[in-house]
Amino acid sequence: MPDCEVLQDREIRDLLPETAVATKPLALPELSEPDVVRHYTNLSTLNMSVDTHFYPLGSCTMKYNPKRNERLAGLPGMAHVHPYQTESSLQGMLELLYAMQEMLGEISGLPCVSLQPAAGAHGELTALMTAVAYFQHRGEARTKVLTPDSAHGTNPASATMAGLTAVTLKSGADGCVDMDDLRSKLDEDVAVLMITNPNTLGLFDGQVKEIAELVHDVGGLVYLDGANMNAILGVTRPGDFGADMMHFNPHKTFSGPHGGGGPGAGPICVNEDLGPFLPKPVVGLRDNEYYLDDDRPLSIGRVRSFFGNVGVLVRAYCYILSHGPDGLKKVSEHAVLNANYMLSRIRHILPVPHGNRCMHEFVASAETLKKNKGITAMDLAKRLLDYGFHAPTVYFPLVVPESMMMEPTETESKETLDAFCEALFRITEESSETLHSAPTTTLISRPDEVTAARKPVVTWNPGD
Amino acid sequence: MSYFFNTESDIAEMLKAIGAESIEELFDVIPEELRLGRSLDLPSAMSEIELTRHMGELSAKNKSTESHLCFLGGGAYDHFVPAVVDNLAARGEFYTSYTPYQPEVSQGNLQAMFEYQSLICGLTGMDVSNASLYDGASAAIEAVLMCRAATRRSHRVVVAGTVHPEYREVMETYLRELDCDLVVVDSEDEVVSPAAIEAALDEQTACLVLQHPNFFGCLEDMESLVATAKSFDVQVVQIFDPISLGVLKRPGDLGVDVAVAEGQSLGNPLLYGGPYLGILACRESFMRRMPGRIAGQTVTDSDRRCWVLTLQTREQHIRRDKATSNICSNQGLFALRASIYLSLVGPEGIKEVATHCLKKSHYACEQLESKGWMRRSASPFFKEFVVRDPRGDISACLQTAEACGVLAGVPLGQWYPHLEDCLLIAVTEKRSGQEIDRLVEALAFDGEPNETNRRLDRPHLQSASQSL
Amino acid sequence: MKLEELLYADTHEWVLVEDQDAAKIATVGISKFAVEQLTDLVYIELPSVGTETQSGKEFGEVESVKAVSPLYSPVDGEVVEVNESLKDALETLNDDAYDGGWMIKVRLSDEASLSKLLDHAAYEKQCADES
Repeated sequence: MPDCEVLQDREIRDLLPETAVATKPLALPELSEPDVVRHYTNLSTLNMSVDTHFYPLGSCTMKYNPKRNERLAGLPGMAHVHPYQTESSLQGMLELLYAMQEMLGEISGLPCVSLQPAAGAHGELTALMTAVAYFQHRGEARTKVLTPDSAHGTNPASATMAGLTAVTLKSGADGCVDMDDLRSKLDEDVAVLMITNPNTLGLFDGQVKEIAELVHDVGGLVYLDGANMNAILGVTRPGDFGADMMHFNPHKTFSGPHGGGGPGAGPICVNEDLGPFLPKPVVGLRDNEYYLDDDRPLSIGRVRSFFGNVGVLVRAYCYILSHGPDGLKKVSEHAVLNANYMLSRIRHILPVPHGNRCMHEFVASAETLKKNKGITAMDLAKRLLDYGFHAPTVYFPLVVPESMMMEPTETESKETLDAFCEALFRITEESSETLHSAPTTTLISRPDEVTAARKPVVTWNPGD
Repeated sequence: MSYFFNTESDIAEMLKAIGAESIEELFDVIPEELRLGRSLDLPSAMSEIELTRHMGELSAKNKSTESHLCFLGGGAYDHFVPAVVDNLAARGEFYTSYTPYQPEVSQGNLQAMFEYQSLICGLTGMDVSNASLYDGASAAIEAVLMCRAATRRSHRVVVAGTVHPEYREVMETYLRELDCDLVVVDSEDEVVSPAAIEAALDEQTACLVLQHPNFFGCLEDMESLVATAKSFDVQVVQIFDPISLGVLKRPGDLGVDVAVAEGQSLGNPLLYGGPYLGILACRESFMRRMPGRIAGQTVTDSDRRCWVLTLQTREQHIRRDKATSNICSNQGLFALRASIYLSLVGPEGIKEVATHCLKKSHYACEQLESKGWMRRSASPFFKEFVVRDPRGDISACLQTAEACGVLAGVPLGQWYPHLEDCLLIAVTEKRSGQEIDRLVEALAFDGEPNETNRRLDRPHLQSASQSL
Repeated sequence: MKLEELLYADTHEWVLVEDQDAAKIATVGISKFAVEQLTDLVYIELPSVGTETQSGKEFGEVESVKAVSPLYSPVDGEVVEVNESLKDALETLNDDAYDGGWMIKVRLSDEASLSKLLDHAAYEKQCADES
């Protein structure tokens, strides 16, 4: 730091009341700059990542994160703008965000868009709050949200946070909605049905239109969990198959880097009836000037501070423009091609209970291997790490025993997919002892999670 | 340009293995009547060169903190970001990894999360921290929900009117359908009155939410406010400014129960409002009710120290509708940046940054007062203060300042109608004495800006920020 | 404690009813079978003294690393004592589910719910069917 050239003759105590001032230095480490650089550089090498490894983590869409997006999102007029600048000083940013609203509206078939939610789960909650406001405006007090048993846990958790009651809906053996169970649970009290399509087994639920009609018949709304949009871009649109609202995960579908667990973003799209209830502000256009439209009397209000996770949205914008309409459709085509290819190569050793075809991901089962050789999905996952591959998602969804959910994404080459499949073949021929003790080449072997949860140590203690 | 890497012959082989004639066939499961049947109505694809030009044009239409001197605050600040932060956080191994579901190949992220939690505890003086939430406002509402659940007093929450108005709006949105009164205690002055707070509290109140330094930059009388809350057995949630803890007492020293903050100040870029970093730290007794992810220390079977995600039964993937929150991510990258920042500046560095903010903002305030821009309040402040425009035309004055290369302050009328002629001005350690003088001149300026005022006399930094 | 003298809920809680100062006190825990099914337990949440319990309603919960299981009260009454030592020594449940592993003592307000519980033989049969 340079010397402070102003008020040099005054002390902290001259400017602040004594009772408010700290009496001791903060308990923070004292490190040299090279020490910090070495520490974090060395830490980084202990991670697997998309930049270093194939990462077929089902339901997370770990596609390549284009480097150009990083450079462009770092432009001064994108990265270094303050949220409370005047609208006139932000016309480029507002133009981009306005275009983003329009583009997401077109891709989803649901024209009213809020870019405010900070993550997929936040989008779910925001959409449910929007639905509640819509029903209240109509004088209806609906209380129930139907969520399939195969759905992501955020669905019921969001329902509770929105003041609604989650009711579980059964899935059939194929992971699709059990229509009889749906019919038995539909009544005038149902506010929203939350559905993931393609579903968590990687299958497109062809009944979706009929499901939506049944829900609409009792006056309810259909929410689409957009986690799996990578399978259907430009092929079919949620708004066209009956959804009234949805969220996108731009960090998945539109290639935002995952940053070790975040940030993401969770923009939501709704139909015109629900539009007035979306959070405010949204970006408007009037007399060729972009502005923040705060004058929305029916809006639910804010769900976070400032505009939204703009840094993630800027990357998504770059990604969409890089592809154009035909390119986006090709994204889904290649994602589906890669997943089906992997499925066709491994199903003879890891059966896929839900059929020989899938969308952008599929769920294989290690149940037979477990029965015959005592090898579990967890063992396979851990051994894959030794072979230099990140593991698929294991033990989700629960409807498949010993499940391994694989999502290769469109950005992997056949060569990589082949190498992964070959590794799986070799692993299944290894002894069960080898697999139980895997991984052996990583920095650590399997950690003791029981001790971690039983006697939690969540901050560093001097002496450790 | 797009990112597919299979050749035509690869594709033919893949289709053969699948047993499909064409890629289209793989979509047969989608009923024909649900198909879009046309191209999406989107701009056509751009090459990297075209996209770079387009984004350059959009970026150039924005004024930025690199083209202009920034005195804007209100929860997001133009603090200095050391090059080390950008450089380390841009490493692909951090940047392009995800939630550490496989701890054996995620020790880098897990240890970084654990260190983040430890640094936040050191910074705040609280017992435990989670691995971060979306932003300051989400941390504040999650703290409120946590207090409601822990105290089983779910119907009443009291918040000071000096808390960031957008944070209060978020609380209002979340609590509206949860059968909970959100009582806002307004005050004439720029600090909340302890007597008014006392009048609003009762034995059924779950928590009292305070911001210190508050939205106007002023220090609240924390000692008596905390004591008042304790007398009703009400939990205290303090929204703090991380940088202020270089000079101010820590939330833990003030006896608050939950400390939350916007962590943008800790090495994170402004990004037009996000993504940012929600900090949440609390007393140990809240540990199993904390929302979001938590990293914990454990050992391997060969007794080697390591880290895992822990206390997962709190979370939605296990507890579903009974989870402590629906949040299933953390702002890993921004928590990492905050950790790098805190490790780099250390206890002396943060005190120095805070002292600069304190002195420079007071210098700015004194200079402005000498030009007739008076404060309304006599309350002590940290790095931000409210002044009244002597001419009473805030929007014209902001435009003039902008033309002089200065982003002068945040107009308060949008949230507080009685402060329509007031500006909230923040001064960080980045500003030199000369730059502060430019602010004072820009606000005092009457008439057309001249050429020297319009152009910046500092080098235009090429952005090195490769971060979100 | 003789397992044959206990009563059992079909949700795997056991109950020992004893007379004490003209009141009936029920000691409640979970069976060894349940402990084994739940695998490594990491945390337990128990009610405080004075809480009213109701037959079939949750009185607490136990957690393993990746599951949460509610504890259902087999009886109606008021909690008069809680085994606080269990919280820091959950391994007790693995070694000693019946004596050291007791969870709460309840002063019965109504004995009707006892008639719905299983005797040892019936409970053994249920466990055999489940495993």
